[in-house]
Amino acid sequence: MRLTLHVWRQAGRDDTGSFETYQADGISESMSFLDMLDLVNEELAQEGKEPIAFDHDCREGICGSCGVMIDGVPHGPKSMTTACQVHMRSFKDGDEIWVEPWRATSFPVIRDLVVDRSPFDRIIEAGGYISVRTGSVPDANTTPISKGAVETAMDAAVCIGCGACVAACPNASAMLFTASKVAHLALLPQGQPERYDRVLKMVDVHDEEGFGNCTNHGACEVACPKGISVDYIAQLNRDLVRATLSFRPEKGTAE
Amino acid sequence: MELNARIPAGPIEQKWDRHRFDMKLVNPANKRKYNVIIVGTGLAGASAAATMGELGYNVQAFTYHDSPRRAHSIAAQGGINAAKNYQSDGDSIYRLFHDTVKGGDFRSREANVYRLAQLSLNIIDQAVAQGVPFAREYGGLLANRSFGGAQVSRTFYARGQTGQQLLLGAYQALERQVNAGTVTMHTRHEMLDLVVVEGRARGIVTRDLLSGKVESHSADAVILATGGYSNVFFLSTNAKLSNVTATWRAHRRGAGFANPCYTQIHPTCIPQSGDYQSKLTLMSESLRNDGRIWVPRKKGDDRSPERIPEGERDYYLERLYPAFGNLTPRDIASRRAKEMVDAGQGVGPLKNGVYLDFRDAIDRLGKQAVSDRYGNLFAMYEKITGEDPYREPMRIYPAPHYTMGGLWVDYNLMSNVPGLFVIGEANFSDHGANRLGASALMQGLADGYFVVPITIGDYLSGTPPWTGGSGDAAFRDVERDAKARTDRLLSAKGTRTVDSFHMELGRLMWDLCGMERNAEGLEEALEKIPKLREAFWNDVTVPGSGETLNQSLEKAGRLADFLEFGELMCRDALERDESSGAHYRREHTTEEGEAKRNDDEFAHVSVWEYRGEGEVPVEHREELEFEHVPLSQRSYK
Repeated sequence: MRLTLHVWRQAGRDDTGSFETYQADGISESMSFLDMLDLVNEELAQEGKEPIAFDHDCREGICGSCGVMIDGVPHGPKSMTTACQVHMRSFKDGDEIWVEPWRATSFPVIRDLVVDRSPFDRIIEAGGYISVRTGSVPDANTTPISKGAVETAMDAAVCIGCGACVAACPNASAMLFTASKVAHLALLPQGQPERYDRVLKMVDVHDEEGFGNCTNHGACEVACPKGISVDYIAQLNRDLVRATLSFRPEKGTAE
Repeated sequence: MELNARIPAGPIEQKWDRHRFDMKLVNPANKRKYNVIIVGTGLAGASAAATMGELGYNVQAFTYHDSPRRAHSIAAQGGINAAKNYQSDGDSIYRLFHDTVKGGDFRSREANVYRLAQLSLNIIDQAVAQGVPFAREYGGLLANRSFGGAQVSRTFYARGQTGQQLLLGAYQALERQVNAGTVTMHTRHEMLDLVVVEGRARGIVTRDLLSGKVESHSADAVILATGGYSNVFFLSTNAKLSNVTATWRAHRRGAGFANPCYTQIHPTCIPQSGDYQSKLTLMSESLRNDGRIWVPRKKGDDRSPERIPEGERDYYLERLYPAFGNLTPRDIASRRAKEMVDAGQGVGPLKNGVYLDFRDAIDRLGKQAVSDRYGNLFAMYEKITGEDPYREPMRIYPAPHYTMGGLWVDYNLMSNVPGLFVIGEANFSDHGANRLGASALMQGLADGYFVVPITIGDYLSGTPPWTGGSGDAAFRDVERDAKARTDRLLSAKGTRTVDSFHMELGRLMWDLCGMERNAEGLEEALEKIPKLREAFWNDVTVPGSGETLNQSLEKAGRLADFLEFGELMCRDALERDESSGAHYRREHTTEEGEAKRNDDEFAHVSVWEYRGEGEVPVEHREELEFEHVPLSQRSYK
């Protein structure tokens, strides 16, 4: 196939950036989208030009490094698929493809298609864990957990932290990301002691990082390469309301 | 180079307990006076950083990713072994120890492996307490599956995403310590070199991948948790950025490199589909629990698989190894697949694979049960190949996957350079010549959660907190070296891209030092690699500058080290004139075509000492003793 690519090029955070057009020739349908970008980059490097910068690593859809807007859609045309797992059989000869970085104030562009997703680490740092010290734990089979509970927790825990939910959201909200961790831990018995404290802390940092609020568009669920359901946002909201009413000390009053 | 494995005295069951008592401790109030650098945030690095932060050390953690959660441990699919014996099927610590020594074809250190089997129990407890959602049975207790090389069911798993869930557990524990202020996280920082001052590891020199700034970081000890070197083959199942730089640079600064020739070729990967391909994708070995491997009996059989009648199929693993069937260890399953393809019985458009067939499993268990076990793997396969494994068999072929070799370490996981510790895949210690499935996660977490945080205390308690800091002149020298290399890469301005050299190296390594090796081929490789390295430095083109994010420059630096390392790997493979585990020398096979060891001459660890650029490295040996698992020809029949 022969394709025309319009790729966002931006030299640095403070650069304004613009689209550049490239021809991609000799693309076969069993190539992945990133194989195709590699090929374009090889040609650029051969000409002594700077290749297109993009984050990637495992190329198996699990590390969460890659993520670009392909024709305005996070991770491109295939549902439940990361950009590295989109194959060129999803396109046809002569197609024009627009490739852009995630667009969100909280994810500033570093270079070309690479953005800064460090706010996600700070949301987890705020409380996205169970506080257990290494070694100070009971035998693993001490607490039976129903298969259903574990499966529901796992459906949330599969989040790869790619940021597609933020890129898809008209409010640039990271609520699906935050909810997936809140729900994963809240659905398990081990997560109960810190359940309400955790949701308050994580949502506070989510808001401080400048992500927007959730207004139930549901675009995040459609964009999520792991198919994480917006039901988990509802779960987060239930916990958040309970936590706010019962647990959050009022400002200015003694704790 | 002095190699003292420091294996504790006493019965094997008591070595670790006694050793923990014999080691000196650092007073809790003094721990914060010690700075520890940890490079890499996969299972080993993240768990070590979290645990040492909890203990009160001042930890500096480094990763070249944008987040510690991206490390390649995340991609491990199938599971993690532990001798819990929850299935009551005859498992025990001793059996896991025995299986691992035997599976490693008697080239690992018994004392280390026994400790690993002991600690396997604690890992599962730890992970469950962190909220890792391991699969459960209906009664709510933990479920297990079987893996290659074992006749018991001892593998714990979280669907096909066990590595992801374990890494997220370790990452969350790490972030908790970042929040507590005990760990400082340096993301998008790549280690370029190790700094050794007066014979002790005192810090590292890094490149800030966003600004290009070369920086020095000093510490009382350095821990490398930087993974393996499968990408020397260019095409492997490793993530694209995985590289040998940290361990290779440490080797150049004096750390012995042990058994570099032991590289594992994983039997179940998706066959290559064309020349442009950037990497290979692994399909979890757990698929071999229910999938049956076969090829057509007739060479060049072009019929679609469902049209090939039962009698014309060769289920060759079941035929050759009735006791283990499709669950033979990885090295054996890989070699047999290669034999079938080489004999012209390969399948698929390029005739470069064998079938892994779920038809019988679907008939026996139903589609739903198969989907519950392997659904995400089937979906991944379909995304990549466009074929539906519920309807037609998967096609698989071996690919480089894991490296058992790595920096030499003693029982404390310290290299021969005092103060330099090496954990996880980056060290050589526990898997011998072949790693069993679901044991990498176990080793990474045992090293990180339970071994190095304790053993490092023994070292630190004997050395007062270092006051030299990164102002020491040694750091300036190493920084200057690092900058000079970067400048040289950027100023070569040749005609060939970095990847074109990497592909050439990869093909050469695969052909001459891959699944099968012989003396003639290895000598050829030893002649060709220095020439390729010279061509690289003269003719590579690295666009852009050193002062910004420059992925071409990053790749070039890593490849420069692979071009040196590949030579050592071939030299080690040549020197080890026997077959053992994954190291298969065509000259040394049993009558049945299995790897034929030579225990009289090669029951040792080969540890290489760097002698300078262009100089022949010197081999040292750590002799291995087998008191508990008697040396025997592995048999999986």
